[in-house]
Amino acid sequence: MPAIAPVIAIEGLTKTYKSGHQALKRVDLNINKGEIFALLGPNGAGKTTLISIVCGIVTPTTGVITADGHDIQTDFRAARTKIGLVPQELTTDAFETVMATVTFSRGLFGKAPNPAFIEQLLKDLTLWDKRDAKLRTLSGGMKRRVMIAKALSHEPDILFLDEPSAGVDVELRRDMWVMVRRLRERGVTIILTTHYIEEAEEMADRVGVILKGELILVEEKTALMKKLGKKTLTLNLTEPLTAIPAELSDWGLTLKTDGGELEYSFDANADDTGVPSLIRRLETLNIGFKDLNTRQSSLEDIFVSLVHTNGTAA
Amino acid sequence: MTFNGYGVWAIYRFEMARALRTIWQSIVTPVITTALYFVVFGGAIGSRMQEVGGVPYGAFIVPGLIMLSLFTQSIFNASFGIYFPKFTGTIYEILSAPVSSLEIVLAYVGAAATKSAVLGLIILATASFFVPLQILHPFWMMAFLILISVTFSLFGFIIGVWADGFEQLQMIPMLIVTPLTFLGGAFYSIDMLPEGWRTVTLFNPIVYLISGFRWAFYGQGDVSIGVSLTATLGFFALCLAIVMWMFKTGYRLKN
Repeated sequence: MPAIAPVIAIEGLTKTYKSGHQALKRVDLNINKGEIFALLGPNGAGKTTLISIVCGIVTPTTGVITADGHDIQTDFRAARTKIGLVPQELTTDAFETVMATVTFSRGLFGKAPNPAFIEQLLKDLTLWDKRDAKLRTLSGGMKRRVMIAKALSHEPDILFLDEPSAGVDVELRRDMWVMVRRLRERGVTIILTTHYIEEAEEMADRVGVILKGELILVEEKTALMKKLGKKTLTLNLTEPLTAIPAELSDWGLTLKTDGGELEYSFDANADDTGVPSLIRRLETLNIGFKDLNTRQSSLEDIFVSLVHTNGTAA
Repeated sequence: MTFNGYGVWAIYRFEMARALRTIWQSIVTPVITTALYFVVFGGAIGSRMQEVGGVPYGAFIVPGLIMLSLFTQSIFNASFGIYFPKFTGTIYEILSAPVSSLEIVLAYVGAAATKSAVLGLIILATASFFVPLQILHPFWMMAFLILISVTFSLFGFIIGVWADGFEQLQMIPMLIVTPLTFLGGAFYSIDMLPEGWRTVTLFNPIVYLISGFRWAFYGQGDVSIGVSLTATLGFFALCLAIVMWMFKTGYRLKN
C-alpha cells in the first residue's frame, strides 16, 4: 500500500433503508489518489447506494467517510467541493440550455464564473456547437455528455461515474474512456460503477466486487486476473476422438467441435498446472495434435465465478 | 468557504429564469385574474355596496386581493420550485452540492418571495387604475408584503418537499388557503358578520394577515396591528422551524 493518505476513506459503512432493506452490510474501502477504481457488481448489489452516500445524496446508517481528508458529514462543504458526480439516470432540466445548465452547476458548487474554462470543457466534450440548444432537444448520448460536463464544471479532484456506459453507443463509450484517461493524467481520481466487465478490464487500475451489500473483493486488476485467472488449454487433434479415454479422466477434459478439440482448464498459478503431464500422457496414448493454445480467462469469467460461489454460499 | 454565495445565486437565478421563461403564466395570468375581480366586485357589485369604514368598497378589497395573490403565488412558486427537481430527479445535484440547507431555503424561498412580492406590487399598480387608493403607512405596507411573501414561500417550500404528486401540490392551496382567505375578510370586514361568526372567524389565522395589511393602507383593521404582526411573525417562525426540521432529518429529500 502506498504511504500517502487515501483520497477517499470509507470505514464501517452500513446502510439500512427505512423499508428494512439492508443495502450495505459493512464496507471498508480506501481509494488511492489518482487511480481509476471500478466497482463491479450485479444490479441491486449496492453500487449506487455506496456512491450516493459518498456524494451526500443518501445518509449512511453508520460509518465514517472522508474525501481528501474532509469528513463528508461534518465538513461537507470542503468534501463535496472536491467531488463530481455523473449519475446513472439522465436527469436534466428539459428547458434549460447546455450553457446555462453547466454554468449553473459550477455556481452551485461554489466556484466563481469562468467562461473560458466552461468553453474548453464544452469543446472537449463536443458540446460547444450545442451550447445554446435546449436539453430536451438533445439525444441520449448528448445528454450524457452534458451530465459529464456538469460534473466537471467545478473542476473536481474526484469523479464518480455511475454506470457511465448504460445506454451509450460505442463511439461515446470510446470517447468517455479517452476522457477518463485524460482526467487521470491530470491527477483526477475516478471511481466508476459498472456491470460491463470490459469497461473495468479496459480502464481500471483496481477492481472492487460488491455483492449483496458486501465488498467481497478489492484487488489490483492485473493481480486479480493473475490470481483468480484460470487458463484454458485447447488442443487441435489430428484425429477426432469419439470419447475421452479413461486414462485421461484425471484432467477433467472436455471434447469440443465434434471431437476435434480437447479443452483443459487449469489454474495458471498452481505449482503443478497439469499441463506437462497431460502432454506426456497424450504421447503415450498416441493422441496427436496439430496445434495448441492457452487463453487467460477474462475479468468476466472471474466475476461470474465469484458471483456464483458467493451466491450459492449465502 | 463558510457561505456558498455562488451556489445561492445559481439557484436563485435559475428560479427567476424559470419565471421569465413562463412570464405569461407567472405575471400576466394573475394580473388578468385580479383585474377581473376589480371589474366584478369593484365596478359591477361594488357600486351598489356601502363604504366600509369610510373606504369605497372597490378600494377596500385591494389589500385582500393582493393578499390572495401573495398566498397562492408564493405557495405555487416555492412548492413547484422544489417539487419539480424532486419529480425529475435533478435534485441529486442540489443534494450533492456544497450548499447548506439554509442556503437552499434562502435561494428557493428568496426567489419565490421575490416573484410574489413583485407580483403584489404589479397588482397594486393595476388596482390604482380601477379604484382610488391611499396608503397611509407605506413602510408597513412593504414590510407586510415582504414578510407574507417570505412566509408563504416557506409554507410552499414545505408543501413542495412533502408532496408526492402534482395533486398534493394543488390540494393545500385549493382546499385550505383559498377558503380561509375568502373567509378571512379578503372581501369584507369581519365587523359585518353576526357576533357568533365573528368569534369563529378569529380562529382563522388569515384574518390577522389581511387585517394587518389593510391597516397599512387605510389605518383600520379587524384586529390591532400589534396582534397582526405577532400572528404573521408567529406563522413565519413556525414555517421556518418545520423547514429546518425537514432538512435536519432529510424528510422526503434523502433516504
